Amino acid sequence: MLNFKLNGADVSVDVPTDSPLLFVLNNDLKTHGAKFGCGLSQCGACTVLIDGEPVRSCQTPVQAVVGRSVTTLSGLMEEGKPSPLQQAFIDEQAAQCGYCTSGMIMMAQALLDRNPTPSEPEIRSALSANLCRCGSHNRVVRAVLRVSQAA
Amino acid sequence: MNAPLSVTRRGLLQSAGFLAVSFALPPHFGFAAEEAGLPGDLKANPMLSSWLRINADQRVTLLIGKVELGQGAVTALTQIAADELGVNIERFDVISGDTFQSPDQGTTAGSQSMPNGGPALQQAAAEAREVLYGLAAAKLGQPVEGMKIDDGVITAANGQTATYWELITGKELEVEATGKAVRRPISEYKYIGKSIPRFDFPAKMTGQPIFVQDMQPEGLLFGLVVRPPTYQSTLAEVDLGPIEAMPGVVKAVRDGSFLGVVAEREEQALAAADALGKAAKWNVESVLPGNDGIFDWLLQAPIAKDIEIKNDVRQGGGEVAKTIEAEYHRPYHMHASIGPSTAIAQLGDDGVMTIHTHSQSVFETSEAIAEMLGVEPSKVHCIHTQGSGCYGHNMADDAAADAALLARAVPGKPVKLQYTRAQEHQWEPYGSAMVIRTKAGVDAEGNVLDWDLQIWSTPHGTRPGGKAGNLLSAKYLEKPFEQPTPGNGGAPNYSADRNGIAYYEFPGHKVMTHFITEMPLRVSSTRGLGAYGNVFAIESFIDELAHAAGADPVEYRLRFLKDPRARDVLTACAAKFGWDSYQKQNNRGRGIAFARYKNYAALTAVAFEVEVSRRNGRIRVTKAAAANDSGHMVSPDGVHNQIEGGIIQSMSWTLKEEVKFDNTAVLSRDWTSYPIITFSEIPMIEMELIDRPGETYLGSGESAQGPTSAALANAVFDATGVRLRRVPFTPERVKAELDKA
Repeated sequence: MLNFKLNGADVSVDVPTDSPLLFVLNNDLKTHGAKFGCGLSQCGACTVLIDGEPVRSCQTPVQAVVGRSVTTLSGLMEEGKPSPLQQAFIDEQAAQCGYCTSGMIMMAQALLDRNPTPSEPEIRSALSANLCRCGSHNRVVRAVLRVSQAA
Repeated sequence: MNAPLSVTRRGLLQSAGFLAVSFALPPHFGFAAEEAGLPGDLKANPMLSSWLRINADQRVTLLIGKVELGQGAVTALTQIAADELGVNIERFDVISGDTFQSPDQGTTAGSQSMPNGGPALQQAAAEAREVLYGLAAAKLGQPVEGMKIDDGVITAANGQTATYWELITGKELEVEATGKAVRRPISEYKYIGKSIPRFDFPAKMTGQPIFVQDMQPEGLLFGLVVRPPTYQSTLAEVDLGPIEAMPGVVKAVRDGSFLGVVAEREEQALAAADALGKAAKWNVESVLPGNDGIFDWLLQAPIAKDIEIKNDVRQGGGEVAKTIEAEYHRPYHMHASIGPSTAIAQLGDDGVMTIHTHSQSVFETSEAIAEMLGVEPSKVHCIHTQGSGCYGHNMADDAAADAALLARAVPGKPVKLQYTRAQEHQWEPYGSAMVIRTKAGVDAEGNVLDWDLQIWSTPHGTRPGGKAGNLLSAKYLEKPFEQPTPGNGGAPNYSADRNGIAYYEFPGHKVMTHFITEMPLRVSSTRGLGAYGNVFAIESFIDELAHAAGADPVEYRLRFLKDPRARDVLTACAAKFGWDSYQKQNNRGRGIAFARYKNYAALTAVAFEVEVSRRNGRIRVTKAAAANDSGHMVSPDGVHNQIEGGIIQSMSWTLKEEVKFDNTAVLSRDWTSYPIITFSEIPMIEMELIDRPGETYLGSGESAQGPTSAALANAVFDATGVRLRRVPFTPERVKAELDKA
């Protein structure tokens, strides 16, 4: 049994220790945020927070999070409602297909956690390793700026 | 999401609250549609009940054949239905792209959801409203004249009311559209023209299940296929025994040269597929021209058909003072969806293969899969479920087919298949490489007298189209299916030659397509089809001609651009950019380009300022502006999103992307070997959207990509004097051109 915290709750899973965290989160623990994009840590669609730091869950073995705290997209919600950053994404309609969105929000949340008022260049730089194919980049930047400016 | 996958038609109808009360069919049943001149999709599906269900629980079920590809079509179509029916949008439930339930609206593609799907749905809703007015008139004993509708409540002229929910007691909507119902006046619209937030975003932004990738049916197994090393390979030998002995492996599947595995866990499927790939021995052929050789190959390849799509011979006019020629190249481009294509399939006890797929063409793909499986079409049930954005015919249909092949091997069990990144990159049907040659005879002032454009291209359409041979794996089966020879679509949409006819009025104008059906690399519809390459050529060449004439590129275009809407868009873009007050700085330059998509759809102009590094050839986009006319905008923010996204995607294609391949196989297999644009390379884009209330809704998803490519090339020319005629404009290539100049 592997034990860790998922979105604030204690969880135990009985899975091979080298299973990618992404697959355990989605297939065993039935979360729906992190997405499989490349399995190579190249696109960022699978980004989750481990003890607050953004990590590519596709290449993280589940045993690496034992005793630690994992946050996925639904874990950002506050009392069942979208968090300020999630609400900013909704308000800015900051997506097209939305497949990369989970990774974008997790990455942006990590940025805001260490710098609550990032500038536009700082946001672009922080998100540069997260790929979007629909061309929603500027909407994502505007969503993060909205939170930055409210801070 | 945990309900069993196999759902019967009967069950769905019951669960939707459908009231099965008999209702006499009107006498004109079966004939009205042909006579009525109905909008396209409604003519094919004239029964009102195939579009709308009014439910006793005060909700409306909207049935649409168009699907959500990430562009907001479902929300926009619901806006239209809500306004025309006169029911608040919150009351709508949408079933889209279910082959057992939705009207067959063909493929969701070609920017057709709004211009074709919109009017069809709107007319169906208008007809339904008139049926309801008629029922209210009978119930209240009041005339239809003067009736008003608000959120399903009809108020007659005398103030009496009746609601949709009480008027529909059975099959009242099982009547055919007559084409006679009149749309409500625009002044009564509550939703059309407003930026209604997308229905799907709250789930996507809070991690609720919405994608096919999120589905977790009970007992789900994980499947993967093993592709050959190259297109032309055949399987020589493989021993499945050791693979089936691996942990968690439920089944290893071989059918001819098709190989796959099914396992209990996703990582077990990946490990087994990896081992299976290593265990398989293949016969490999080296027959490809390579990415640097593809343009020579195109010019020398056997031409299946020379198609003259325009030949306006000049009548009179002046002497040709000078002839100017150029040749433009576009490489193969990928759809390159961020999520590799995925499907979940399950073979039910009733013999029905149920497939959750993000295909654009659920109806025809369902037929193609039935042919591949050797079963009746009624034994394949495709249900559209959202996936990653597709941008055309990517591997969604192949994933549906492969999931079905694997699910057939484990009857009763749901099997999820998501390709690896390398499989998606190497096996998807790309946007075809193209060569475009332009030639213009100009007069002494540099004005065009004779315009000549020739296109060399492989096909842009190999969608399933109901044929198993268009499904990738079907070619590798023990009993293989041959791929049908693709055609080249004709007017008005065209295909390789989409936008091959310049939207300018020249005295002489000739366009010829050299259509090549041999396909060194697998190809199919990628956003804009040939329009991306053709507009790149046309809008670069007109810039070259403007420069040769010593004219301003905007003013020069306006000499030949006669459509007032086109002139408005071009001048609005120039104004937004600040064209007339532009101050040129060293190593910086500006460029502009325009196109009307398909020459009848949305109009877009794009302008950039770029800075070019003479040291390393790197292009930095420092400023961007655009103007668009998408007709009557249903959702202004939706249009904005499409134009902005189209510009950014095309910046990526134009500056960075080229499918690399050698004489054997595709070498672009991940995001390092096929890089795409990133946040730091994109400026904010100023945009002017011109609304045209009452005009046709025009789809906007493919309108900006063509102009973007040429506007970049034109800006680089203005900055450096170097004319880039081959996409992509990589730093290496730009540096080489700068060094030559």
